[in-house]
Amino acid sequence: MTTAEASLQRTSTVSTRYATFMSRHASLVPTFAAVLILLVLLVGAQVQFENFLTPGNLSALLLDNAYLVVLAVGLTLVIITGGIDLSVGSVMAFTGILCASLLSQGLPAVVVVPIMLLGGGAIGLLIGVLVQYFNVQPFIASLAGLFLARGLAFVVSLSSIRVEDPAILWLQRTRFTVGEWYITPTGIIALLVVALGAVVMQWTRFGRTIYALGGGEQSARLMGLKVARTKILVYVISGVCGGLAGLLLTAYSGAGYPRNGIGTELDAIAAVVIGGTLLTGGTGYVLGSLVGVLVYGTIKKIISFMGAEQAWMQIIIGGLLLLFIVVQRVIVARSQRRT
Amino acid sequence: MDKAPLLQLTGATVRFGADAAIDRVDFRLFPGEVHSLMGENGAGKSTLIKAITGAIPLDEGVLTLDGEVVRFSSPHDAQRVGVSTVYQEIDLLPNVSVAENIWLGREPRRLGVIDWREMRSSARAILADLGIDIDPASILGTHSLAVQQLVAIARAISTDVRVLVLDEPTSSLDLDEVAELFRVVRDLKQRGVAILFVSHFLDQVYELCDRVTVLRDGRFVGEYLTRELLRIDLVQAMLGRSAAALQIRPRAEPEQERTPYLSARGVTARRGITDADIDLYEGDVLGVAGLLGSGRTEAARAITGIDRLEAGIIRIGGHESSLKGPRSAMSLGVVYSSENRRTEGIISDLSVLDNITLALQADRGVFHRIPLTRRRELAASWVEALDIRPADLDRPAGTLSGGNQQKVLLARLLALSPRVLILDEPTRGIDVGAKVEIQNLVAEMASNGLSVMFISAELEEVLRVGDRVAILRDGRIAETLSSDQLTVDSLLALVARPEDSDG
Repeated sequence: MTTAEASLQRTSTVSTRYATFMSRHASLVPTFAAVLILLVLLVGAQVQFENFLTPGNLSALLLDNAYLVVLAVGLTLVIITGGIDLSVGSVMAFTGILCASLLSQGLPAVVVVPIMLLGGGAIGLLIGVLVQYFNVQPFIASLAGLFLARGLAFVVSLSSIRVEDPAILWLQRTRFTVGEWYITPTGIIALLVVALGAVVMQWTRFGRTIYALGGGEQSARLMGLKVARTKILVYVISGVCGGLAGLLLTAYSGAGYPRNGIGTELDAIAAVVIGGTLLTGGTGYVLGSLVGVLVYGTIKKIISFMGAEQAWMQIIIGGLLLLFIVVQRVIVARSQRRT
Repeated sequence: MDKAPLLQLTGATVRFGADAAIDRVDFRLFPGEVHSLMGENGAGKSTLIKAITGAIPLDEGVLTLDGEVVRFSSPHDAQRVGVSTVYQEIDLLPNVSVAENIWLGREPRRLGVIDWREMRSSARAILADLGIDIDPASILGTHSLAVQQLVAIARAISTDVRVLVLDEPTSSLDLDEVAELFRVVRDLKQRGVAILFVSHFLDQVYELCDRVTVLRDGRFVGEYLTRELLRIDLVQAMLGRSAAALQIRPRAEPEQERTPYLSARGVTARRGITDADIDLYEGDVLGVAGLLGSGRTEAARAITGIDRLEAGIIRIGGHESSLKGPRSAMSLGVVYSSENRRTEGIISDLSVLDNITLALQADRGVFHRIPLTRRRELAASWVEALDIRPADLDRPAGTLSGGNQQKVLLARLLALSPRVLILDEPTRGIDVGAKVEIQNLVAEMASNGLSVMFISAELEEVLRVGDRVAILRDGRIAETLSSDQLTVDSLLALVARPEDSDG
C-alpha cells in the first residue's frame, strides 16, 4: 500500500506527504494548473501593458463575467454527474428577453425575477426528465432545450427591449467601493452562487450524490442514493442558474435581446473544463469553475488591450481547452496505472 | 448443525422469457457458516444470488430471513434487513474517498452537513477492525483491486450485516490478496455472519467453505458438507451426465507421423494459460476438457491471435506465424467462435443473411462488395446445409433459438473456407436436440478435412466429439490423450484432480 498511515504522516518526509496529498486530492491538480495559468496571464499582461493590474480592471473582470460565473456553476454540477447542458445560453437569452418584456408591460421586478428563475428551472426540469426517465442522451435532451428556449425567446420578442426598471438597473449601477476596488450587486450574486455551490458540493449528501453519479450511476443506486431525484435536480439547478444569468446579463446590458448568448453555453463549458472539471464526470470543483471563468475573462481582456481581433480569443481558448483535456487525460491515466 | 437456517429459499423459480434460469431451487444459509454455491456457466448461480439480494424478483418460491417471509424489491431493501453483497465487478465509486465509499447514503451529519471528521474516524475504525491499514481520506481509485474489494466488504459490514454474499471475489486477486480476504471472511464467520461465497476455484472452496450447494442447468443438485464431499463427487455433481442421444462416429484412422496443420508450443498468455502445447491435425477433432477457469477459453484465444502471446510459437501450415490479431489468424485459415454467443458472436439486430456473410465481406474488404444476389445464394446454401430454422434469411438473428444462432455463427466461419475451426462451448445453453445436431456437424466437418478444436464443459460431449482430448487444469494442459483411452469417469478424475498432486 502506497498511502501513508496517520502516524506516519506526522513524522513524514516531503515525499510521503506528497504521496498522501496525491492519493487524496489528485483531482485538484488541474484546478491548481488553472490557478497557475491565471497568475501567469495576469503577471504576463502586467509586464506587457504595465497598466493591466489595476483595481479597476480586476474589479471589472468579475463584473463583466458575472453571468458566465453563474452559468458555469450550474454547468459544473451537471458535468460532474457525467451529463452536459447545452441549453444554458438560450435559457439566459429567453429569461432575459422575458424579463425585459414583462417589465415593459409594467410588472414589478419582485414578480418578474421569480418568473425568470422558474422559467429557467422549468426548462431544466424538462431536460432532466428526458434524461432520467426517457433515457435521452444529455447532449440531445439539452440540445432540444437549447432550441426550445431560443425559440421561446423569439416568441417573446424579435428585437431588443430596453429595461428602465430601477431595481434591475440598481443591480448593475450600484458600486460598493473599497479604495479603487469596487463590486456590484451582480458580482455579489455571482460570488454567492459560487459559495453556495461549493458548500453544497462539499458538505451535503446531495452534493456527494452528484459526485457519486459521476463515479458510477449503477454503484450509486446500489448504495441506496437517490439517483433519479439528484439527476433531475441537477438540470433544474442548471436551468435556474440560466435564469439568474439572464437577470445579470439584462442588468449588465440594460436590455433584453433574443439573440443574446449564442454560443455562451460553449464558453461556459470551456470555463468549467479549464477550471479542472472532468468532462467524463466524477471530479471537479465549483471554485475551479470560477477560476476557469476568470482565465477566460482575462484572455478576453488581454486581447482587447492588444487591440487584436476577438477571433484570437476563440483560438486561444481552443488551444487552452486542448491543453487542459490532455493534462486531465494524463492525470487520469497516471492514477489508473497506480491501481 | 442444530441451529435454524438464517436465510432460506424454497422452490425458487426465475424465468427469462420462456426459459427458467433457475427452476424450483432450494437453498439455505446458516449463521456462522461459509457456504459455497457451485455450478458451471449457465447453471443459475448468478440468478440465484440476484434473487437473494433483491436484484431480480422471484417468479415463484419463498425467501425467509430468520423465519420471516421477506420480499426484496431492490438491493437496497435487502441491505436494510442485513443482506449485503460484494460483487465481482466492484460496485464502488473510484472517484471519491475510501471513507465516502463506506458511508455514502448514511453518512454521519452534524448541523445538517456532512461531518467529515466523524466519517473518516469511523471509517478508519471499521477498516482497522478488518485489519486494513489505509488512509480513509484517500481516493478509492488509487488503491489496488484487492484493497477496493476489502473496502467493499467494509461497506457491507458497516451496517448490521447478517448475510454477506461474495460473488467471485477472488477472480482478480493474487495469492497474498486471497489470503487476506480469507482472513477477513473467517473473522466475519466467527462473529456469526452467514456468508455465501461463490467461486469457481475448487481449492478455495475446500479451504474456506463449510457447506456446498450445487446447481446444474438451473436445478438444485444437492447440498453437501464440504468435509464429507470428495472433490470428484463435487465435480461430478457440477458437470452431471447428459442424457443426449449418443452417436458414435467412425474415428479417423490413427496414421503414423502425421504433421499437424497448426502446432503451438509453449504458448503463454498474460492471463490464464501457461506453457501450452497444442497440435491440430487435418480431419481431427481435439476435445478440450477442463473446469471453468482452467484456461479453456484462454488457450483458444491465445492460438487464434485474439490475446497476445507472452511466450511460445505457433506454426500454421508448417510456417512460423506471429498472429497480430484475429484477422491475421483468419487469413491463415484459423477461425474462432466465442463462448459468448450473444456478445461476441451473433449481431442480434442484423438479419441471418448479414450475419452469415459478414466475415466473408470483411475479409474481402470494402472495395470488393459481394453482390446481394451472390450473398443471398451463399447464405441460402449455408442455411440449407446446416439446417438453420426458420429458413428465413431476413429475420433478425437475435430472434432465432440458441442452437440456430450457433449454426449461423458456424456458417459465418465456414463461409471463410477455414482450415482450422476453434469452437468455444458451441453447445452451451442450447437444447439437447440442437446439441446433437451441432456435434454431428462438427464430426461432418472433420471428415471433410477440417481441424477442429472443440471446447466444452460437458465431459461426455468432449469425449464423443473429440478424437483426442486435452485436459486443462489451472491454466496448464495436464495431458492430451486419445479419447479411446478415456471413459467419462476417468476423464472426470483427470479434470478434478487437485493441482498440487501432480506438481
